[in-house]
Amino acid sequence: MKILRFFLIVIIFYTFSVLKADELDKRNNITKNLRCLVCQGQSIYDSDSEFANSLKILVDRKIDEGLTDAEIYEYFKNKYGEWILYDPKLNKNTYILWFMPLLIFLLGGAIIFKKLKKKHN
Amino acid sequence: MKNKILPFAVIIIFGIIFFIFYKGLEDSKIYTPDVNTKKEIPVFNTKEFFSGENVKSSSIFELDKVYLLNIWSSWCVPCRQEHPLLMNLNLENKLNIIGMNYKDNLNNAENFLKELGNPYKEIYIDLDGTIAIEWGAYGVPESFLIYNNEIIKKFIGPLNQELIDDINLLIK
Repeated sequence: MKILRFFLIVIIFYTFSVLKADELDKRNNITKNLRCLVCQGQSIYDSDSEFANSLKILVDRKIDEGLTDAEIYEYFKNKYGEWILYDPKLNKNTYILWFMPLLIFLLGGAIIFKKLKKKHN
Repeated sequence: MKNKILPFAVIIIFGIIFFIFYKGLEDSKIYTPDVNTKKEIPVFNTKEFFSGENVKSSSIFELDKVYLLNIWSSWCVPCRQEHPLLMNLNLENKLNIIGMNYKDNLNNAENFLKELGNPYKEIYIDLDGTIAIEWGAYGVPESFLIYNNEIIKKFIGPLNQELIDDINLLIK
């Protein structure tokens, strides 16, 4: 009977830690996508500043409250603006960022295409 | 004719790239947060500094009164600089200064107030820094001008005489 109880406790313990591991993954994912605003070129995940540590606590709390990733990003965006997200959305400030590579790609492609055609002829 | 288009296109592309980078040179490289947008004050739970009683944010700020929420800490050197200005501001009695003690040792904080005076009408505690995040703060010191449950202006970094004049203008 004692052994059975021991195993039961072990099983419960392990199921809990699996849940926790999932949450840890989620937390790491989210904090890697948030910019540490008081550091230079570091994510919240990488940083150990006062600001980043408090933010990590808050991310944990929001995960405990059952918010989805998108809701957590939205929450921080409301507090600090778009800049805190590492994944910039398309808007009037970022359209060059989004379309420049495409433009360069098309131009390069056109030049190569032209050269090839010339050679062919 | 065909040979002329290519160099022309290259010059134009480099021109555009040059223009974009040249424009970029003028921009500030340091992230400057928006300090003027009006925002509702956040909802949070905290503790009173001296009594340790639990307090809800809704009971702190009354309508039709001007508040200055000041996030401070005894370990923060710029807080020491701005403290005399807060003392003066308190003497003028035009607004209520609320203190938010940020990630501090409470004994050190009390000594700080004994040494430099207490300009705060009330002080609350933010032990893990999460309340500061709720306010959208970056660190210490930071001050928020509040009227009718709205943040009118936020001051990042220590206050100086210029900013105090700003505050006086705003609350006129």
